Formats: sequence, structure tokens, C-alpha cells
Amino acid sequence: MIRSRPIVRYTAGQRVNHWLVALLFLAAGLSGLALFHPWLFGLSGLFGGGTWTRILHPWFGVAMFVFFLFLVIRFARHNGMERRDWQWLRQMNDVVANREERLPEVGRYNAGQKLLFWVLIVLMLVLLLSGLVIWRAWFSHLFDLTSLRLASVIHAAAGWLLVMSIIVHVYAGIWVKGSMDAMLFGTVSRAWARKHHYLWYRHLTGEETPTTRTVHRPPRS
Amino acid sequence: MATQDLIARSATTTQPPSVRDTMEVAKLIDTSKCIGCKACQVACSEWNDLRDEVGENHGIYDNPMDLTAESWTLMRFAEYENPDSGNLEWLIRKDGCMHCAEPGCLKACPSPGAIVKYANGIVDFNQDHCIGCGYCITGCPFNIPRLSAKDKKAYKCTLCSDRVAVGLEPACVKTCPTGAIVFGSKDDMRNHAAGRIADLKERGFEQAGLYDPAGVGGTHVMYVLHHADQPQLYSGLAQDPTISPLVSLWKGVTKPLALLAMGAAVLGGFFHYVGIGPNRVEEDYDPEAGDPLPPSGEPVVHQVDPGVHQVDPRDPRSGGTPR
Repeated sequence: MIRSRPIVRYTAGQRVNHWLVALLFLAAGLSGLALFHPWLFGLSGLFGGGTWTRILHPWFGVAMFVFFLFLVIRFARHNGMERRDWQWLRQMNDVVANREERLPEVGRYNAGQKLLFWVLIVLMLVLLLSGLVIWRAWFSHLFDLTSLRLASVIHAAAGWLLVMSIIVHVYAGIWVKGSMDAMLFGTVSRAWARKHHYLWYRHLTGEETPTTRTVHRPPRS
Repeated sequence: MATQDLIARSATTTQPPSVRDTMEVAKLIDTSKCIGCKACQVACSEWNDLRDEVGENHGIYDNPMDLTAESWTLMRFAEYENPDSGNLEWLIRKDGCMHCAEPGCLKACPSPGAIVKYANGIVDFNQDHCIGCGYCITGCPFNIPRLSAKDKKAYKCTLCSDRVAVGLEPACVKTCPTGAIVFGSKDDMRNHAAGRIADLKERGFEQAGLYDPAGVGGTHVMYVLHHADQPQLYSGLAQDPTISPLVSLWKGVTKPLALLAMGAAVLGGFFHYVGIGPNRVEEDYDPEAGDPLPPSGEPVVHQVDPGVHQVDPRDPRSGGTPR
């Protein structure tokens, strides 16, 4: 029976790529926060002191960007926003209240995941470009003071937004049981796929006419 | 040696050691008396034991062409054709750190104690705490600090804090052959400047005045200018210097607020988890096997007694005893 056979959601390559970006985010994030505000300067101790933090942070960032690019290439085709995604976002209150049965059907990724995908692309690009401008060792001499000041503000703001986005991303992984296993071990249960990503599930199993959908999804009033 | 007279310390949110209060000092540079001899540059190099690279002649008197990590002061020469008098005026300005009362470098610095402001007004860099990020350069309204190519630390004029601490005047002041640079309490320097300005006005420089810009809270290096209404004539001296609004935005109240928001996001997630609960899948439910759907809206968490073994008769691996 196919009852217990799980569905592959992420290949080993995708998982390794994801966790490389995640670890580099942790390194870049913690070293960046050390310079973000004096309250967090103590984090520089994790990297061997303030000077090492200053030296390492840009390299963490560049490496994170490069590996993130590979993630983008792997996942971009699954993340196009569709009309039902906007409806999903409009029902954010149902999302956070766990009333998943009221939401529009979801493909491989839900609208929140898709939105995060595009937000991350923008933030990573902004962080890279503004970071290069304020990278004294290599590029700052090419820019005037106003550009440096602007880039400093933008870099801090984008870094903050990235941390905020990743807090949401990490919590979603903790909140939706089974997601963390998917990214750690690659597979999800059939029930998980059906509940959270029905259209993707149907696409994988070839199920065309759901027999029990009407029971599962009462018509919206 | 411990320090007890700091009124500001970079990247420090508590009060620095500040029991000892000292008189505010100032250096006054009278551009109308300066002859551009560069003795101050040499004295600075001598006292601080710095030897900048011997540069090249670029066809003007400025040498080196810009401040460096090893040239903390620099004579800048400007030729100005005065449209009123028709005179060619040679406006020479000794450039260097202005020792602002509200230093942009200190505001921008992320490393605790790398930049300090003493009670006497001197803004000093502690290179052993400097991490080499260059934020001080970004923060400075006068474009003064420079990163050394040798050690990647930031350097600038110390106002000879070591000499002043033991009651001596800065080296540039001591050496100036025309008395264009004087040093003393800030009040005395203002009085001295007032006398010089009155003299200059008598001699036809009606716009003569003191450069002690309020935008940075005043400075502890001040200029007497013949054309105080046009400071930019003096090789681009800032008309109304302030800490850039971009730097204030970057290093202002936005940062603690941003940290609060991060903390709130984490707490929000935690309480959502506690309040609404995790989003679980009823794993027993198998649509392909024709199981009835779990009722929606109800919790799908089962309390399972660890002593009870659930057995599925349709699963060959599960023992086969009917429930």
C-alpha cells in the first residue's frame, strides 16, 4: 500500500543549499547585530572580537548571497504569485488562527512563502549592494560621503527587515508541524501535503477530482 | 592610566566615568595671521612621531594633498579674487579635527570606547579599541578621520590630548611662528577672537567673524575668518555643519526601536504558539484509504497513554491484533 509512503519535498541538494544559506545568515546576522547597536556588541565575542567581526561580516554576507542565488534558481519557478495567492493573503487572520480549511487551495508554496521568497530576493540584493558601498577594505573609496551615509542607513534597515522576515520564516517552520522535517530529512507525509499544499499534492498524485473536498471545505459565506 | 573625565564614550549606553570635571579648552586658528609656513604640520609630525610618505608636487602649495592617517593637520591654500576690493586674497586654512561638542564620529562608532570625548572637549580616538570599520568617517561632518593602510585603524588630530593632560599646549600651537594658533580655555579663546575680529573689521573686513558652528554644538577648534559669511571660500569649510540627518537616522532612536520590534516578533511567535497552538496534521487521516475526514475546527491532538499501543489492522507491520 502507498499509505505510509512519504512524499519527497526537498532533495538532498536543496536541503544542503538551504542550510548553507541558513548558517551563513546566522553568521552574517549575529556579526551584523554586533555592529547594529551597542547592546549587542557582545556578540562580536563569537567571532573573535570587534575587528574580526568587522573583517568577517562582509564575507559571510557575500557567501550567503551567492548560495542564496542557487536557492533562487532552484525555487523561482514554484514561487510565481497567482490570483488565489492574493486571496490567501487577504485571509491572513484565518491563516494565523489555524483555520486552514477556509483558505484557497495552495500549490507547492503558499502565498506567505512566495511573498517571503520575493522579499528575500529584494533584501539580499539591497544588502549586497549597500554592503559593497560601505565595505572599506575594497569599495568605499569609490563613493562619496553622502552615498556612504545613505548606504549605511539602507544596509541597517534592510538587515533589520531580513532578520524580521527570517524570524517569521523560522516561526512558521516551528508552527506548522512537519515543515522542519521536510527541510531536514526531505520528506512529508501524504496527509501533510494534502492539508497544506493540496494542489501540489494533487499534481503529484494525479488525483483529478477530489472525492471528499466538499466535506473538507465548506462553501465560504 | 584610568580615565575619570569622559563626557561621552562611543557605543556606550551607560554613563562613562565622569567624576572629574575640567575646564573646556579650545584652539583658535586665526586665518588672517597665518602665513602658510606649515610649521604646524611639521610640529604635529614631530610630536606624534609620524612620518607620512614624501609625496609629489601637484603644482599647488598643498602637501600632502589630503589629510592621511599620518598627516593629522594640513594647510589648505585657496586663491580668492575679492569682487568688492579687486584684491587677490590668499586664504590659508589649517585643516584638521574640529573637536565638535557633538561629534558625528563618536555617534557613528560601533565599538565601545574607541572614541571618547573628554570633559575638556577633546575628542580622541583609542586605536586599541578601533575595529577599523570606518563608520567615524561616515559620521564626521568635516571629513577628517582617515583609515591607516598599515593597521586599518582610524586616526586624526588628538588636539595633543597627551600634552594638554599635563598642562602643555598642543605642538602646532607651540611652534606657530606668527601666533596665528593660540590655545586656552574656550572662553578665553572667544575673547581673544573678539579682539582679532574687531581689528579685522577696522581694516575693512566687515564680515570678519568667529567660526564656532552651532550645528555641531560648537567646536573646540575655532577659526577667525576674514569672510565668516563665506566659510566655503576657505577650501570648502562647511557653511553650516551638522551631523547628517542620514547619520542621525542610522544611529538614532531607530536602532533601539528596531531591536524592540525584533524582540516583539520573537515574543509574538512564542505567544501565538502558546495561545493558538501548532498547526498539526492528523496523521491517521488517509484520504486515499477512504478514511473519513477529521472534523474541521476541532483540535486534532490525541492524548495517548504511553501504555496503550494503537494498532492498525490494515497495516501488516503493526502486529495484527484488532482494536
